[in-house]
Amino acid sequence: MSIDYLRIIASLNEGEFLLGVKFEHVTKAYPGHKPAVNELSLEVQTGELLVLIGPSGCGKTTSLRMINRLEEPTSGTIYVDGRDVCSYDPIELRRGIGYAIQQTGLLPHMTIEQNIELVPRLLKWDKKRRHERTRELLSLVDMDYDTFASRYPRQLSGGQQQRIGVLRALATDPPVILMDEPFGALDPISRESLQTELKRLQSRLRKTIVFVTHDIDEAMRLGDRIAILQDGQLHQIGTPQELVQAPRDEFVAKFMGRLFNFPKIQTSVDLIGQFMQEDTSHVHQECSEHGKIVKIDHLPLWCWIDRNGVLRGVSSQPPTGADQWDRNDWTDPKLAAVKDTDASEVVLKRLIEGEAEALPVIGEGEQFIGVVTQRSALKALSNVEMENDE
Amino acid sequence: MISFSDIAMLTWQHLYLSLLGTVIGSIIGFLLAVWIRRQPRLAGVLIGFAEVIQTIPGMALLAFLLLVFGLGDTTLVVGLALYAILPVLQNTYEGLEGVDPAYREVGKGMGMTRGEIFRQIEVPLAFPVILAGLRVSLVTAIGVATIGVFVGSGGLGSLIYRGLQIIDMPTMMAGAIPVALLAIVLEIALTLLERKLSKVTASR
Repeated sequence: MSIDYLRIIASLNEGEFLLGVKFEHVTKAYPGHKPAVNELSLEVQTGELLVLIGPSGCGKTTSLRMINRLEEPTSGTIYVDGRDVCSYDPIELRRGIGYAIQQTGLLPHMTIEQNIELVPRLLKWDKKRRHERTRELLSLVDMDYDTFASRYPRQLSGGQQQRIGVLRALATDPPVILMDEPFGALDPISRESLQTELKRLQSRLRKTIVFVTHDIDEAMRLGDRIAILQDGQLHQIGTPQELVQAPRDEFVAKFMGRLFNFPKIQTSVDLIGQFMQEDTSHVHQECSEHGKIVKIDHLPLWCWIDRNGVLRGVSSQPPTGADQWDRNDWTDPKLAAVKDTDASEVVLKRLIEGEAEALPVIGEGEQFIGVVTQRSALKALSNVEMENDE
Repeated sequence: MISFSDIAMLTWQHLYLSLLGTVIGSIIGFLLAVWIRRQPRLAGVLIGFAEVIQTIPGMALLAFLLLVFGLGDTTLVVGLALYAILPVLQNTYEGLEGVDPAYREVGKGMGMTRGEIFRQIEVPLAFPVILAGLRVSLVTAIGVATIGVFVGSGGLGSLIYRGLQIIDMPTMMAGAIPVALLAIVLEIALTLLERKLSKVTASR
Protein backbone atom coordinates (compact mmCIF):
# COMPACT_ATOMS: atom_id res chain seq x y z
CA MET A 1 0.00 0.00 0.00
CA SER A 2 2.65 2.47 1.07
CA ILE A 3 4.63 1.86 -2.10
CA ASP A 4 1.61 2.48 -4.26
CA TYR A 5 0.99 5.68 -2.40
CA LEU A 6 4.50 6.91 -3.04
CA ARG A 7 4.28 6.01 -6.68
CA ILE A 8 1.07 7.91 -7.07
CA ILE A 9 2.59 11.00 -5.47
CA ALA A 10 5.61 10.65 -7.72
CA SER A 11 3.53 10.33 -10.82
CA LEU A 12 1.34 13.26 -9.89
CA ASN A 13 4.43 15.36 -9.56
CA GLU A 14 5.36 14.42 -13.06
CA GLY A 15 1.87 15.39 -14.16
CA GLU A 16 1.16 11.89 -15.33
CA PHE A 17 -1.12 9.04 -14.46
CA LEU A 18 0.14 5.73 -13.32
CA LEU A 19 -0.87 3.58 -16.20
CA GLY A 20 2.25 2.11 -17.63
CA VAL A 21 3.15 -1.53 -18.00
CA LYS A 22 6.12 -3.15 -16.33
CA PHE A 23 7.75 -6.55 -16.73
CA GLU A 24 9.88 -7.81 -13.87
CA HIS A 25 11.98 -10.93 -14.52
CA VAL A 26 9.16 -12.51 -16.45
CA THR A 27 9.65 -16.02 -17.74
CA LYS A 28 7.21 -18.11 -19.73
CA ALA A 29 8.20 -21.70 -20.30
CA TYR A 30 6.27 -24.52 -21.88
CA PRO A 31 7.17 -28.00 -20.68
CA GLY A 32 9.80 -29.60 -22.89
CA HIS A 33 10.69 -26.41 -24.74
CA LYS A 34 13.16 -23.61 -24.40
CA PRO A 35 11.51 -20.75 -22.50
CA ALA A 36 9.45 -18.59 -24.87
CA VAL A 37 10.18 -15.56 -22.71
CA ASN A 38 13.22 -15.59 -20.48
CA GLU A 39 13.79 -13.21 -17.55
CA LEU A 40 12.25 -10.28 -19.39
CA SER A 41 12.35 -6.96 -17.58
CA LEU A 42 11.21 -3.78 -19.20
CA GLU A 43 9.04 -0.80 -18.52
CA VAL A 44 6.53 0.85 -20.82
CA GLN A 45 6.04 4.43 -19.81
CA THR A 46 2.72 6.17 -19.65
CA GLY A 47 1.70 7.62 -22.99
CA GLU A 48 4.47 5.85 -24.81
CA LEU A 49 4.19 3.60 -27.83
CA LEU A 50 6.64 0.77 -27.28
CA VAL A 51 7.28 -1.59 -30.15
CA LEU A 52 8.24 -5.20 -29.42
CA ILE A 53 10.10 -6.57 -32.39
CA GLY A 54 12.21 -9.56 -33.23
CA PRO A 55 12.38 -12.63 -35.43
CA SER A 56 9.51 -15.09 -35.23
CA GLY A 57 9.65 -17.16 -32.08
CA CYS A 58 11.39 -14.42 -30.13
CA GLY A 59 8.57 -14.26 -27.60
CA LYS A 60 7.11 -10.89 -28.55
CA THR A 61 3.52 -12.07 -28.94
CA THR A 62 3.73 -14.23 -25.83
CA SER A 63 4.98 -11.22 -23.85
CA LEU A 64 2.09 -9.15 -25.13
CA ARG A 65 -0.47 -11.82 -24.30
CA MET A 66 0.80 -12.08 -20.76
CA ILE A 67 -0.14 -8.45 -20.16
CA ASN A 68 -3.86 -9.16 -20.39
CA ARG A 69 -3.42 -12.67 -19.04
CA LEU A 70 -4.21 -14.58 -22.19
CA GLU A 71 -1.05 -16.36 -21.08
CA GLU A 72 0.12 -16.69 -17.51
CA PRO A 73 3.80 -16.14 -16.76
CA THR A 74 5.68 -19.12 -15.32
CA SER A 75 7.57 -16.80 -13.02
CA GLY A 76 8.11 -13.10 -12.57
CA THR A 77 5.58 -10.31 -12.31
CA ILE A 78 3.84 -8.01 -14.74
CA TYR A 79 2.41 -4.74 -13.49
CA VAL A 80 -0.31 -2.71 -15.12
CA ASP A 81 -1.03 0.58 -13.44
CA GLY A 82 1.46 -0.34 -10.76
CA ARG A 83 -0.48 -3.45 -9.80
CA ASP A 84 0.39 -7.10 -10.37
CA VAL A 85 -1.82 -8.38 -13.21
CA CYS A 86 -2.37 -11.63 -11.34
CA SER A 87 -4.21 -9.68 -8.66
CA TYR A 88 -6.84 -8.55 -11.17
CA ASP A 89 -9.81 -10.63 -12.18
CA PRO A 90 -8.80 -11.65 -15.73
CA ILE A 91 -12.18 -10.66 -17.18
CA GLU A 92 -12.06 -7.21 -15.59
CA LEU A 93 -8.43 -6.78 -16.61
CA ARG A 94 -9.13 -7.58 -20.25
CA ARG A 95 -12.14 -5.31 -20.37
CA GLY A 96 -9.94 -2.51 -19.09
CA ILE A 97 -7.22 -2.97 -21.70
CA GLY A 98 -7.67 -2.27 -25.40
CA TYR A 99 -6.72 -5.14 -27.66
CA ALA A 100 -6.27 -5.06 -31.42
CA ILE A 101 -5.08 -8.11 -33.29
CA GLN A 102 -3.88 -9.42 -36.58
CA GLN A 103 -6.43 -10.05 -39.34
CA THR A 104 -8.69 -7.48 -37.68
CA GLY A 105 -10.47 -10.02 -35.48
CA LEU A 106 -13.79 -8.41 -36.31
CA LEU A 107 -16.69 -10.73 -35.69
CA PRO A 108 -18.33 -11.46 -39.03
CA HIS A 109 -21.86 -11.83 -37.68
CA MET A 110 -21.85 -8.41 -36.06
CA THR A 111 -22.23 -5.08 -37.79
CA ILE A 112 -19.50 -2.48 -37.57
CA GLU A 113 -21.38 -0.72 -34.80
CA GLN A 114 -21.86 -3.96 -32.85
CA ASN A 115 -18.19 -4.78 -33.25
CA ILE A 116 -17.07 -1.40 -31.96
CA GLU A 117 -19.55 -1.61 -29.10
CA LEU A 118 -18.42 -5.04 -28.02
CA VAL A 119 -16.66 -4.07 -24.81
CA PRO A 120 -18.99 -1.16 -23.93
CA ARG A 121 -21.84 -3.68 -24.19
CA LEU A 122 -20.04 -6.10 -21.90
CA LEU A 123 -19.61 -3.22 -19.47
CA LYS A 124 -23.34 -2.53 -19.74
CA TRP A 125 -23.09 1.02 -21.03
CA ASP A 126 -26.53 2.31 -21.92
CA LYS A 127 -27.57 2.49 -25.54
CA LYS A 128 -27.27 6.25 -25.88
CA ARG A 129 -23.75 6.36 -24.53
CA ARG A 130 -22.62 3.46 -26.75
CA HIS A 131 -24.15 5.07 -29.78
CA GLU A 132 -22.49 8.41 -29.14
CA ARG A 133 -19.15 6.75 -28.58
CA THR A 134 -19.38 4.81 -31.85
CA ARG A 135 -20.13 8.01 -33.77
CA GLU A 136 -17.24 9.75 -32.12
CA LEU A 137 -14.85 6.92 -32.86
CA LEU A 138 -15.85 6.62 -36.51
CA SER A 139 -15.33 10.33 -36.95
CA LEU A 140 -11.79 9.91 -35.60
CA VAL A 141 -10.89 7.99 -38.74
CA ASP A 142 -13.15 9.95 -41.08
CA MET A 143 -15.63 7.17 -41.59
CA ASP A 144 -19.23 8.25 -41.92
CA TYR A 145 -21.52 6.77 -39.27
CA ASP A 146 -24.57 6.51 -41.53
CA THR A 147 -22.59 4.81 -44.27
CA PHE A 148 -20.64 2.31 -42.22
CA ALA A 149 -22.29 1.59 -38.87
CA SER A 150 -24.79 -0.95 -40.15
CA ARG A 151 -22.47 -2.73 -42.57
CA TYR A 152 -20.90 -6.10 -41.93
CA PRO A 153 -17.12 -6.45 -41.82
CA ARG A 154 -16.95 -8.39 -45.09
CA GLN A 155 -18.49 -5.38 -46.87
CA LEU A 156 -15.45 -3.28 -45.97
CA SER A 157 -11.98 -3.17 -47.49
CA GLY A 158 -9.08 -4.65 -45.55
CA GLY A 159 -7.87 -1.22 -44.53
CA GLN A 160 -11.31 -0.14 -43.35
CA GLN A 161 -11.72 -3.36 -41.37
CA GLN A 162 -8.41 -2.77 -39.69
CA ARG A 163 -9.40 0.77 -38.78
CA ILE A 164 -12.47 -0.65 -37.08
CA GLY A 165 -10.23 -3.16 -35.30
CA VAL A 166 -8.22 -0.27 -33.88
CA LEU A 167 -11.34 1.70 -32.99
CA ARG A 168 -12.71 -1.28 -31.12
CA ALA A 169 -9.58 -1.28 -28.99
CA LEU A 170 -10.19 2.40 -28.26
CA ALA A 171 -13.90 2.02 -27.54
CA THR A 172 -13.86 2.37 -23.77
CA ASP A 173 -10.98 4.84 -23.88
CA PRO A 174 -8.65 2.44 -22.07
CA PRO A 175 -5.33 3.88 -20.91
CA VAL A 176 -3.39 0.82 -22.06
CA ILE A 177 -3.72 -0.74 -25.50
CA LEU A 178 -2.14 -3.90 -26.83
CA MET A 179 -1.65 -4.31 -30.56
CA ASP A 180 -0.51 -7.58 -32.05
CA GLU A 181 0.63 -7.00 -35.63
CA PRO A 182 -2.58 -5.16 -36.34
CA PHE A 183 -1.53 -4.14 -39.84
CA GLY A 184 0.27 -7.36 -40.73
CA ALA A 185 -2.22 -8.59 -43.29
CA LEU A 186 -2.55 -5.37 -45.26
CA ASP A 187 -1.04 -4.36 -48.57
CA PRO A 188 1.86 -1.89 -48.23
CA ILE A 189 -0.17 1.16 -49.23
CA SER A 190 -3.03 0.65 -46.76
CA ARG A 191 -0.52 -0.33 -44.13
CA GLU A 192 1.30 2.92 -44.48
CA SER A 193 -1.81 5.01 -44.40
CA LEU A 194 -2.97 3.20 -41.27
CA GLN A 195 0.39 3.71 -39.63
CA THR A 196 0.16 7.41 -40.36
CA GLU A 197 -3.35 7.44 -38.97
CA LEU A 198 -2.36 5.60 -35.81
CA LYS A 199 0.47 8.04 -35.34
CA ARG A 200 -1.92 10.94 -35.72
CA LEU A 201 -4.38 9.40 -33.25
CA GLN A 202 -1.61 8.64 -30.80
CA SER A 203 -0.32 12.22 -30.92
CA ARG A 204 -3.77 13.28 -29.73
CA LEU A 205 -4.69 10.46 -27.37
CA ARG A 206 -1.32 9.66 -25.82
CA LYS A 207 -2.21 6.11 -24.82
CA THR A 208 0.23 3.62 -23.41
CA ILE A 209 0.58 1.24 -26.34
CA VAL A 210 2.49 -2.00 -26.62
CA PHE A 211 2.79 -2.80 -30.29
CA VAL A 212 4.09 -6.10 -31.64
CA THR A 213 5.44 -6.29 -35.17
CA HIS A 214 8.08 -8.07 -37.18
CA ASP A 215 8.35 -5.18 -39.62
CA ILE A 216 11.27 -2.92 -38.76
CA ASP A 217 9.95 -0.13 -41.01
CA GLU A 218 6.75 -0.13 -39.03
CA ALA A 219 8.69 -0.12 -35.78
CA MET A 220 10.78 2.86 -36.85
CA ARG A 221 7.77 4.78 -38.02
CA LEU A 222 5.58 4.23 -34.97
CA GLY A 223 7.75 3.48 -31.98
CA ASP A 224 8.67 6.04 -29.36
CA ARG A 225 10.97 3.28 -28.24
CA ILE A 226 11.72 -0.11 -29.71
CA ALA A 227 12.52 -3.24 -27.76
CA ILE A 228 14.34 -5.87 -29.77
CA LEU A 229 13.74 -9.37 -28.47
CA GLN A 230 15.70 -12.45 -29.32
CA ASP A 231 15.18 -15.95 -27.94
CA GLY A 232 12.80 -14.61 -25.35
CA GLN A 233 15.24 -12.09 -24.01
CA LEU A 234 15.46 -8.35 -24.26
CA HIS A 235 18.34 -7.66 -26.58
CA GLN A 236 18.29 -3.91 -26.78
CA ILE A 237 15.81 -1.17 -26.05
CA GLY A 238 15.94 2.42 -27.15
CA THR A 239 14.53 5.09 -29.40
CA PRO A 240 14.76 4.43 -33.13
CA GLN A 241 17.53 6.99 -33.21
CA GLU A 242 19.58 5.22 -30.55
CA LEU A 243 19.21 1.85 -32.21
CA VAL A 244 20.42 3.16 -35.55
CA GLN A 245 23.27 5.15 -34.11
CA ALA A 246 24.41 2.79 -31.42
CA PRO A 247 23.37 -0.78 -32.12
CA ARG A 248 24.57 -3.00 -29.30
CA ASP A 249 25.94 -5.66 -31.57
CA GLU A 250 25.93 -7.25 -34.99
CA PHE A 251 22.43 -8.68 -34.52
CA VAL A 252 20.84 -5.30 -33.90
CA ALA A 253 22.91 -3.65 -36.60
CA LYS A 254 21.82 -6.30 -39.08
CA PHE A 255 18.23 -5.97 -37.98
CA MET A 256 18.33 -2.22 -38.42
CA GLY A 257 20.37 -2.66 -41.58
CA ARG A 258 17.39 -4.18 -43.35
CA LEU A 259 16.10 -0.67 -43.54
CA PHE A 260 18.70 0.63 -45.88
CA ASN A 261 19.75 -0.66 -49.19
CA PHE A 262 22.40 1.97 -49.85
CA PRO A 263 25.23 1.51 -47.38
CA LYS A 264 27.39 4.20 -49.02
CA ILE A 265 25.14 6.94 -47.79
CA GLN A 266 25.56 5.94 -44.22
CA THR A 267 29.18 6.89 -44.38
CA SER A 268 28.95 9.80 -46.76
CA VAL A 269 26.06 11.94 -45.63
CA ASP A 270 26.13 11.95 -41.88
CA LEU A 271 24.27 15.07 -40.99
CA ILE A 272 21.07 16.51 -42.15
CA GLY A 273 22.80 19.85 -42.31
CA GLN A 274 24.51 18.60 -45.46
CA PHE A 275 21.33 18.71 -47.43
CA MET A 276 19.13 21.08 -45.53
CA GLN A 277 17.80 24.15 -47.32
CA GLU A 278 17.61 27.32 -45.31
CA ASP A 279 16.09 30.19 -47.25
CA THR A 280 13.19 28.71 -49.06
CA SER A 281 10.26 30.06 -47.14
CA HIS A 282 8.19 33.21 -47.08
CA VAL A 283 5.86 34.57 -44.47
CA HIS A 284 2.28 33.57 -45.10
CA GLN A 285 0.75 35.39 -42.17
CA GLU A 286 1.89 37.14 -39.04
CA CYS A 287 0.26 37.76 -35.69
CA SER A 288 1.75 39.63 -32.76
CA GLU A 289 0.38 37.18 -30.25
CA HIS A 290 1.00 33.79 -31.85
CA GLY A 291 3.98 34.42 -34.09
CA LYS A 292 3.96 33.72 -37.80
CA ILE A 293 3.05 31.12 -40.36
CA VAL A 294 5.56 30.55 -43.12
CA LYS A 295 4.97 28.69 -46.33
CA ILE A 296 7.76 26.63 -47.81
CA ASP A 297 8.30 27.63 -51.43
CA HIS A 298 6.96 25.28 -54.09
CA LEU A 299 5.77 22.77 -51.54
CA PRO A 300 2.50 22.10 -49.70
CA LEU A 301 4.02 22.78 -46.31
CA TRP A 302 3.14 25.43 -43.76
CA CYS A 303 5.00 25.94 -40.51
CA TRP A 304 3.86 27.88 -37.48
CA ILE A 305 6.76 29.55 -35.73
CA ASP A 306 6.20 31.45 -32.53
CA ARG A 307 7.83 34.74 -31.58
CA ASN A 308 10.82 32.96 -30.10
CA GLY A 309 11.50 31.11 -33.33
CA VAL A 310 10.22 27.81 -31.92
CA LEU A 311 8.38 25.53 -34.33
CA ARG A 312 4.89 25.01 -32.92
CA GLY A 313 3.09 23.14 -35.66
CA VAL A 314 3.25 21.75 -39.17
CA SER A 315 0.49 21.46 -41.71
CA SER A 316 0.10 20.28 -45.26
CA GLN A 317 -3.07 22.35 -45.71
CA PRO A 318 -3.10 26.13 -45.98
CA PRO A 319 -4.25 27.34 -42.57
CA THR A 320 -7.32 29.51 -42.89
CA GLY A 321 -10.14 30.92 -40.82
CA ALA A 322 -10.32 32.35 -37.35
CA ASP A 323 -9.37 29.12 -35.61
CA GLN A 324 -6.10 28.68 -37.46
CA TRP A 325 -4.17 29.06 -34.25
CA ASP A 326 -6.11 26.20 -32.76
CA ARG A 327 -3.46 23.63 -32.00
CA ASN A 328 -5.62 20.73 -33.15
CA ASP A 329 -5.24 21.74 -36.77
CA TRP A 330 -1.49 21.48 -36.59
CA THR A 331 0.55 18.33 -36.53
CA ASP A 332 2.85 18.12 -33.55
CA PRO A 333 6.42 18.98 -34.61
CA LYS A 334 7.55 15.95 -32.64
CA LEU A 335 5.96 13.85 -35.37
CA ALA A 336 6.30 15.99 -38.45
CA ALA A 337 9.72 17.57 -38.00
CA VAL A 338 13.24 16.23 -37.73
CA LYS A 339 16.15 17.40 -35.61
CA ASP A 340 19.35 18.62 -37.19
CA THR A 341 21.15 15.98 -35.17
CA ASP A 342 18.99 13.12 -36.41
CA ALA A 343 20.74 10.32 -38.26
CA SER A 344 20.55 11.09 -41.93
CA GLU A 345 19.51 7.54 -42.82
CA VAL A 346 16.31 7.87 -40.85
CA VAL A 347 15.46 11.22 -42.36
CA LEU A 348 16.32 10.09 -45.87
CA LYS A 349 14.15 7.06 -45.42
CA ARG A 350 11.20 9.14 -44.34
CA LEU A 351 11.59 11.32 -47.40
CA ILE A 352 12.22 8.53 -49.85
CA GLU A 353 9.33 6.45 -48.63
CA GLY A 354 7.07 9.37 -49.38
CA GLU A 355 5.84 10.08 -45.91
CA ALA A 356 6.22 13.72 -46.84
CA GLU A 357 7.74 15.68 -49.69
CA ALA A 358 9.53 17.84 -47.20
CA LEU A 359 10.25 17.87 -43.49
CA PRO A 360 10.96 20.92 -41.35
CA VAL A 361 14.22 20.79 -39.43
CA ILE A 362 14.51 22.01 -35.87
CA GLY A 363 17.68 22.80 -34.05
CA GLU A 364 18.47 23.40 -30.43
CA GLY A 365 15.47 24.45 -28.35
CA GLU A 366 13.13 23.36 -31.12
CA GLN A 367 14.05 26.40 -33.17
CA PHE A 368 12.98 26.22 -36.78
CA ILE A 369 16.09 26.30 -38.93
CA GLY A 370 15.18 24.99 -42.36
CA VAL A 371 13.69 22.16 -44.36
CA VAL A 372 14.86 19.00 -46.04
CA THR A 373 13.07 18.07 -49.22
CA GLN A 374 13.11 15.10 -51.52
CA ARG A 375 14.89 17.28 -54.03
CA SER A 376 17.61 18.38 -51.66
CA ALA A 377 18.08 14.81 -50.50
CA LEU A 378 18.47 13.65 -54.08
CA LYS A 379 20.98 16.38 -54.75
CA ALA A 380 23.01 15.46 -51.71
CA LEU A 381 23.00 11.81 -52.68
CA SER A 382 24.08 12.48 -56.24
CA ASN A 383 27.00 14.58 -54.97
CA VAL A 384 28.04 11.68 -52.80
CA GLU A 385 27.95 9.35 -55.78
CA MET A 386 30.15 11.71 -57.75
CA GLU A 387 32.65 12.11 -54.96
CA ASN A 388 32.91 8.36 -54.68
CA ASP A 389 33.48 7.97 -58.41
CA GLU A 390 36.44 10.29 -58.42
CA MET B 1 -67.50 -35.47 -48.22
CA ILE B 2 -64.44 -33.84 -46.72
CA SER B 3 -64.84 -30.14 -46.17
CA PHE B 4 -62.10 -27.60 -46.68
CA SER B 5 -62.17 -26.70 -43.01
CA ASP B 6 -61.52 -30.36 -42.12
CA ILE B 7 -58.40 -30.33 -44.26
CA ALA B 8 -57.27 -27.03 -42.77
CA MET B 9 -57.83 -28.34 -39.26
CA LEU B 10 -55.91 -31.57 -39.95
CA THR B 11 -53.08 -29.65 -41.63
CA TRP B 12 -52.80 -27.44 -38.59
CA GLN B 13 -52.83 -30.46 -36.30
CA HIS B 14 -50.18 -32.14 -38.42
CA LEU B 15 -47.96 -29.09 -38.33
CA TYR B 16 -48.51 -28.63 -34.63
CA LEU B 17 -47.55 -32.20 -33.74
CA SER B 18 -44.51 -32.09 -36.02
CA LEU B 19 -43.34 -28.79 -34.56
CA LEU B 20 -43.88 -29.95 -31.01
CA GLY B 21 -41.86 -33.12 -31.55
CA THR B 22 -39.11 -31.26 -33.42
CA VAL B 23 -38.80 -28.53 -30.81
CA ILE B 24 -38.55 -30.99 -27.94
CA GLY B 25 -36.05 -33.16 -29.80
CA SER B 26 -34.03 -30.13 -30.92
CA ILE B 27 -33.73 -28.76 -27.41
CA ILE B 28 -32.50 -32.15 -26.22
CA GLY B 29 -30.13 -32.41 -29.20
CA PHE B 30 -28.78 -28.91 -28.61
CA LEU B 31 -28.21 -29.45 -24.91
CA LEU B 32 -26.56 -32.80 -25.55
CA ALA B 33 -24.26 -31.19 -28.12
CA VAL B 34 -23.22 -28.51 -25.63
CA TRP B 35 -22.66 -31.15 -23.00
CA ILE B 36 -20.58 -33.54 -25.11
CA ARG B 37 -18.26 -30.70 -26.14
CA ARG B 38 -16.98 -30.83 -22.61
CA GLN B 39 -16.83 -34.63 -22.66
CA PRO B 40 -15.17 -35.30 -26.01
CA ARG B 41 -14.86 -39.01 -25.23
CA LEU B 42 -18.64 -39.31 -25.01
CA ALA B 43 -19.20 -37.50 -28.31
CA GLY B 44 -18.68 -40.55 -30.51
CA VAL B 45 -20.75 -42.82 -28.27
CA LEU B 46 -23.68 -40.46 -28.02
CA ILE B 47 -23.79 -39.54 -31.69
CA GLY B 48 -23.54 -43.25 -32.51
CA PHE B 49 -26.48 -43.97 -30.23
CA ALA B 50 -28.57 -41.23 -31.86
CA GLU B 51 -27.66 -42.70 -35.24
CA VAL B 52 -29.03 -46.08 -34.14
CA ILE B 53 -32.36 -44.46 -33.21
CA GLN B 54 -32.37 -42.77 -36.61
CA THR B 55 -32.06 -46.09 -38.42
CA ILE B 56 -35.09 -47.70 -36.74
CA PRO B 57 -37.98 -47.54 -39.21
CA GLY B 58 -40.76 -45.16 -38.18
CA MET B 59 -43.44 -47.80 -37.85
CA ALA B 60 -41.21 -49.95 -35.63
CA LEU B 61 -40.16 -47.06 -33.41
CA LEU B 62 -43.77 -46.03 -32.89
CA ALA B 63 -44.66 -49.66 -32.13
CA PHE B 64 -42.04 -49.75 -29.36
CA LEU B 65 -43.20 -46.43 -27.96
CA LEU B 66 -46.81 -47.62 -28.06
CA LEU B 67 -45.84 -50.17 -25.42
CA VAL B 68 -44.77 -47.40 -23.09
CA PHE B 69 -47.05 -44.48 -23.86
CA GLY B 70 -50.15 -46.18 -25.21
CA LEU B 71 -52.42 -44.87 -27.96
CA GLY B 72 -52.48 -41.13 -28.57
CA ASP B 73 -50.52 -38.02 -29.42
CA THR B 74 -47.84 -38.57 -26.77
CA THR B 75 -46.44 -41.63 -28.51
CA LEU B 76 -46.18 -39.76 -31.82
CA VAL B 77 -44.60 -36.66 -30.29
CA VAL B 78 -42.03 -38.73 -28.40
CA GLY B 79 -41.19 -40.58 -31.60
CA LEU B 80 -40.79 -37.34 -33.53
CA ALA B 81 -38.61 -35.93 -30.78
CA LEU B 82 -36.33 -38.97 -30.89
CA TYR B 83 -35.89 -38.56 -34.63
CA ALA B 84 -35.17 -34.85 -34.22
CA ILE B 85 -32.32 -35.37 -31.77
CA LEU B 86 -29.65 -36.67 -34.10
CA PRO B 87 -29.63 -34.02 -36.86
CA VAL B 88 -29.66 -31.19 -34.36
CA LEU B 89 -27.13 -32.86 -32.05
CA GLN B 90 -24.74 -33.58 -34.87
CA ASN B 91 -25.04 -30.20 -36.55
CA THR B 92 -24.82 -28.25 -33.32
CA TYR B 93 -21.75 -30.18 -32.28
CA GLU B 94 -20.04 -29.76 -35.63
CA GLY B 95 -21.17 -26.17 -35.98
CA LEU B 96 -19.78 -25.17 -32.60
CA GLU B 97 -16.57 -27.12 -33.09
CA GLY B 98 -16.20 -25.55 -36.53
CA VAL B 99 -16.13 -21.97 -35.24
CA ASP B 100 -12.74 -20.48 -36.06
CA PRO B 101 -10.79 -20.50 -32.76
CA ALA B 102 -9.54 -17.01 -33.65
CA TYR B 103 -13.01 -15.60 -32.96
CA ARG B 104 -13.18 -17.33 -29.59
CA GLU B 105 -9.78 -15.82 -28.88
CA VAL B 106 -11.05 -12.36 -29.83
CA GLY B 107 -13.88 -12.73 -27.36
CA LYS B 108 -11.49 -13.83 -24.66
CA GLY B 109 -9.13 -10.96 -25.36
CA MET B 110 -12.00 -8.49 -25.14
CA GLY B 111 -12.83 -9.82 -21.69
CA MET B 112 -15.82 -12.04 -22.44
CA THR B 113 -16.74 -14.77 -20.01
CA ARG B 114 -17.19 -18.32 -21.30
CA GLY B 115 -20.94 -17.84 -21.32
CA GLU B 116 -20.68 -14.61 -23.26
CA ILE B 117 -18.37 -16.23 -25.81
CA PHE B 118 -20.88 -19.07 -26.18
CA ARG B 119 -23.94 -16.84 -26.56
CA GLN B 120 -22.48 -13.95 -28.49
CA ILE B 121 -19.90 -15.65 -30.68
CA GLU B 122 -20.16 -19.43 -30.91
CA VAL B 123 -23.91 -19.88 -31.24
CA PRO B 124 -24.44 -17.05 -33.76
CA LEU B 125 -21.55 -18.27 -35.90
CA ALA B 126 -22.72 -21.88 -35.76
CA PHE B 127 -26.36 -20.94 -36.27
CA PRO B 128 -26.66 -21.61 -40.01
CA VAL B 129 -25.31 -25.13 -39.45
CA ILE B 130 -27.62 -25.68 -36.48
CA LEU B 131 -30.52 -24.45 -38.57
CA ALA B 132 -29.70 -26.99 -41.27
CA GLY B 133 -30.06 -29.72 -38.64
CA LEU B 134 -33.35 -28.23 -37.56
CA ARG B 135 -34.60 -28.23 -41.15
CA VAL B 136 -33.75 -31.91 -41.62
CA SER B 137 -35.50 -32.72 -38.33
CA LEU B 138 -38.63 -30.78 -39.18
CA VAL B 139 -39.03 -32.18 -42.68
CA THR B 140 -38.44 -35.68 -41.35
CA ALA B 141 -41.08 -35.04 -38.69
CA ILE B 142 -43.67 -33.96 -41.26
CA GLY B 143 -43.11 -37.31 -42.99
CA VAL B 144 -43.12 -39.46 -39.87
CA ALA B 145 -46.23 -37.72 -38.51
CA THR B 146 -48.27 -39.17 -41.39
CA ILE B 147 -48.04 -42.60 -39.77
CA GLY B 148 -49.17 -41.17 -36.45
CA VAL B 149 -52.61 -42.41 -37.37
CA PHE B 150 -51.50 -45.97 -36.55
CA VAL B 151 -50.87 -45.06 -32.92
CA GLY B 152 -54.10 -43.20 -32.57
CA SER B 153 -52.79 -39.73 -33.22
CA GLY B 154 -54.13 -37.19 -35.68
CA GLY B 155 -52.81 -35.27 -38.63
CA LEU B 156 -53.16 -35.56 -42.36
CA GLY B 157 -52.17 -39.24 -42.21
CA SER B 158 -55.70 -40.05 -41.07
CA LEU B 159 -57.12 -38.83 -44.40
CA ILE B 160 -54.64 -40.84 -46.42
CA TYR B 161 -55.34 -43.93 -44.30
CA ARG B 162 -59.09 -43.55 -44.61
CA GLY B 163 -58.82 -43.03 -48.38
CA LEU B 164 -56.67 -46.13 -48.70
CA GLN B 165 -59.14 -48.27 -46.82
CA ILE B 166 -62.16 -47.27 -48.89
CA ILE B 167 -60.06 -46.85 -52.04
CA ASP B 168 -61.24 -43.26 -52.41
CA MET B 169 -58.83 -41.20 -54.48
CA PRO B 170 -60.13 -37.71 -53.51
CA THR B 171 -59.87 -38.50 -49.79
CA MET B 172 -56.34 -39.83 -50.19
CA MET B 173 -55.26 -36.76 -52.18
CA ALA B 174 -56.89 -34.46 -49.65
CA GLY B 175 -54.32 -35.79 -47.19
CA ALA B 176 -51.37 -36.45 -49.49
CA ILE B 177 -51.26 -33.08 -51.29
CA PRO B 178 -51.24 -30.84 -48.21
CA VAL B 179 -48.64 -33.00 -46.44
CA ALA B 180 -46.36 -32.94 -49.47
CA LEU B 181 -46.78 -29.17 -49.82
CA LEU B 182 -46.12 -28.68 -46.14
CA ALA B 183 -42.81 -30.53 -46.38
CA ILE B 184 -41.74 -28.73 -49.55
CA VAL B 185 -42.64 -25.26 -48.29
CA LEU B 186 -40.81 -25.77 -44.99
CA GLU B 187 -37.77 -27.17 -46.76
CA ILE B 188 -37.57 -24.21 -49.13
CA ALA B 189 -38.27 -21.58 -46.49
CA LEU B 190 -35.66 -22.89 -44.08
CA THR B 191 -33.08 -23.35 -46.83
CA LEU B 192 -33.54 -19.74 -47.88
CA LEU B 193 -33.22 -18.53 -44.30
CA GLU B 194 -30.11 -20.62 -43.88
CA ARG B 195 -28.52 -19.15 -46.98
CA LYS B 196 -29.30 -15.65 -45.89
CA LEU B 197 -27.79 -16.22 -42.47
CA SER B 198 -24.67 -17.96 -43.69
CA LYS B 199 -24.02 -15.02 -46.00
CA VAL B 200 -23.93 -12.82 -42.95
CA THR B 201 -21.67 -15.07 -40.94
CA ALA B 202 -19.30 -15.89 -43.81
CA SER B 203 -16.11 -14.11 -42.88
CA ARG B 204 -14.49 -11.53 -45.08
